[in-house]
Amino acid sequence: MAAAAWGFMPVRNVARLFVPAMPMVRAEDVHKRYGRLEVLKGLHLEVAAGEVLCIIGTCGSGKSTLLRCINHLERIDGGRLYVDGELMGYREGGDCIYEIRQRDLCRQRAGVGMVFERSNLFPHLTVLENVIEAPVHVKHEPKAAAIEHARALLKRVGLLDRLDAYPGRLSGGQQQRVAIARALAMRPKLMLFDEPTSALDPEVAGEVLSVMRGLAHEGMTMIVATHEMAFVRDVGDEVVFMDGGVIVESGNPRDVLLHPQHERTKAFLQVGASLADGSRSGPC
Amino acid sequence: MVRAIPLRRPWLWLGSAVVVALAVVLAVAIYRGHDIHGAATAQLQFGPAMLRGLQITIVLAVLSEIIGIALGILLAVMRLSPGTVLRLGSGFYVWLFRGTPLLVQILIWGNLALLFEYIGPFKTTTLMTPFVASVVALGLNEGAYMAEIMRAGIVAVDRGQLDASLALGMSSALALRRIVLPQALRAIVSPAGNQFISLLKATSLVSVIAGGDLLTVAENISPANLRSIELTLVAALWYLVLTTVTSVGQYFMERRLGRGGMGIHAGP
Repeated sequence: MAAAAWGFMPVRNVARLFVPAMPMVRAEDVHKRYGRLEVLKGLHLEVAAGEVLCIIGTCGSGKSTLLRCINHLERIDGGRLYVDGELMGYREGGDCIYEIRQRDLCRQRAGVGMVFERSNLFPHLTVLENVIEAPVHVKHEPKAAAIEHARALLKRVGLLDRLDAYPGRLSGGQQQRVAIARALAMRPKLMLFDEPTSALDPEVAGEVLSVMRGLAHEGMTMIVATHEMAFVRDVGDEVVFMDGGVIVESGNPRDVLLHPQHERTKAFLQVGASLADGSRSGPC
Repeated sequence: MVRAIPLRRPWLWLGSAVVVALAVVLAVAIYRGHDIHGAATAQLQFGPAMLRGLQITIVLAVLSEIIGIALGILLAVMRLSPGTVLRLGSGFYVWLFRGTPLLVQILIWGNLALLFEYIGPFKTTTLMTPFVASVVALGLNEGAYMAEIMRAGIVAVDRGQLDASLALGMSSALALRRIVLPQALRAIVSPAGNQFISLLKATSLVSVIAGGDLLTVAENISPANLRSIELTLVAALWYLVLTTVTSVGQYFMERRLGRGGMGIHAGP
C-alpha cells in the first residue's frame, strides 16, 4: 500500500520531503569591523529561496555593510556566510575559512545582483551598453543574445525607448531602473538592494519600487535595505530591524511594524512615523 | 532714447599700444638682422638631413610616449594597490626619475658603457646605441610623469563604479580596463597632452649623446656650412610645427571626450 503511494508521488516532492530546504542566504555569527569599530557583531540570518527580506534600521546600524558582505564587496572578520549553499568568498578549512581566488569569487558574485543607493551606472556607456557589459564580458554571452535579453529587461522596467541614451541624460528614477535591469542581465539567483530609493524624490521612488514589487511577485529572492515602510509592509515576507550591528527584532512585517516588541524598535518606528506620514523617513 | 555708454578703459588701450609697439620693434630687428640668410634657411628647412632628423625626433617621441604610458599605468596601479612594497616601489621610482634632471639621465644612459661593460651577455656599446639610449632615457622619465597623471585620473573616478563592476562579477583587471580607465581618460587626456608636448621638446636634449634627432642633425651640419644660427632656427620651426599639430590633436580629443556628458564609445 505504502509502496504504491510512493510510486505515484512526483519526484520533486520526494526530494522536498527528505532534503531540508536549503536557504538562499545564511549568515552564521558574522563579524565585521573597520579598524576598531565593530560594525557587525555576530549576526545570524536566514533567507529562504523566493523570500523577500527587508532590513530596516537607523543609519550606521550595519545594513549596508551586511549587504556588501553578502556579495563579498567587504571581507568579513569572522563567522560564515553562505549564498545558495556555498560559502561566499571563502572556502571551508575546519577552524578557519580561507579567502578564495578572485576568479572563483567573480563566478560567485556573478550570481548575485546588487543595486546601490546611487545607481553607479557606467557614464561612458549607453543604457543598452550598460546592461550588456557584464553578460558579454564576464559571462561571454554572444552579443546578439545579450542585446535581445537586455531589450526584454529594459522593456520590463519601462525604458525601451532610452536604449541609446547616456546615463547622464536620465532622471534618478530611470537610472535606478536601468541599474536593476543591468543586475538582472546576469540572471542572478539573489538580488541585494542597498537603499535603492533613498536618494530619490518620493514621486520618482514609486516607479523604482513598483519594478521591485514586480520582481518580488515573480519569485526573486531579495534582500532590501530600505526606509520605505509601505514597501516593507506590502512586499516583505520578513523584516529584520538592525541596530548597533545586530538584529534586534525580526518577524512578519505587519507584526513588527505594528506591534514592535523591543524598545529600540519602538523608538525607531516612532521617529519614522513622525517623519513624512509614517511611510518614509529620510535617507541616511 | 537714452544712450548707454560703457565705462572707458584707458589702461586697456595703453596696454594694447605697448604690445603693438613691441611687436613692431621685434619685426624690425629681425628684418635688419643681416646675418640671417633667408634663401639658405629655406633650403635647409626641407633638406634631406633635416627631414631625417625630423623623422627620428617623431619616432623618438612616439616610442618614448608608448613606453611612458605603459609604465605610467603600471606605476599608477602599483601606487594604488594594497601592497605596501608595491606602493613604496612606485613612489621611489617617481621620486628618483622626477627628482633628477632629464639631461643628467640622458647622459647616464648614453654613457652606460662606462658603468657596466656588459649587459648580460651583450656588450653595452653594441646594445645601447645613442638612439636606444635616447628612447630608454626619455621613456623611463616620461613614465614617472605619466604615473602621476594616470593616478590622478584613476582616483578621480567614483569609487561606486568599481563597486558596481565587481558586483557584476568583473575581475578588478577587467573593471580597470573596461570601466575605470575609459572614465579616467577624461581627466588624463589634457595633462597627458601637455606632457607629450614637453616630451617633444625634450627630445632635443638627446643631441648631447648624438641621438640623431633634429637638433643633433643641426649641430652636425653647422660646422660644415657655418650657418649655426639658421640651423637652430630651422630646428625651432620644426619643433613649433610638431607642438602645434599635437595641440590641435589634443583639442579635438578633449572635445570628443567631453561630448554629451561622456561621449566616448568604448565599444566591445
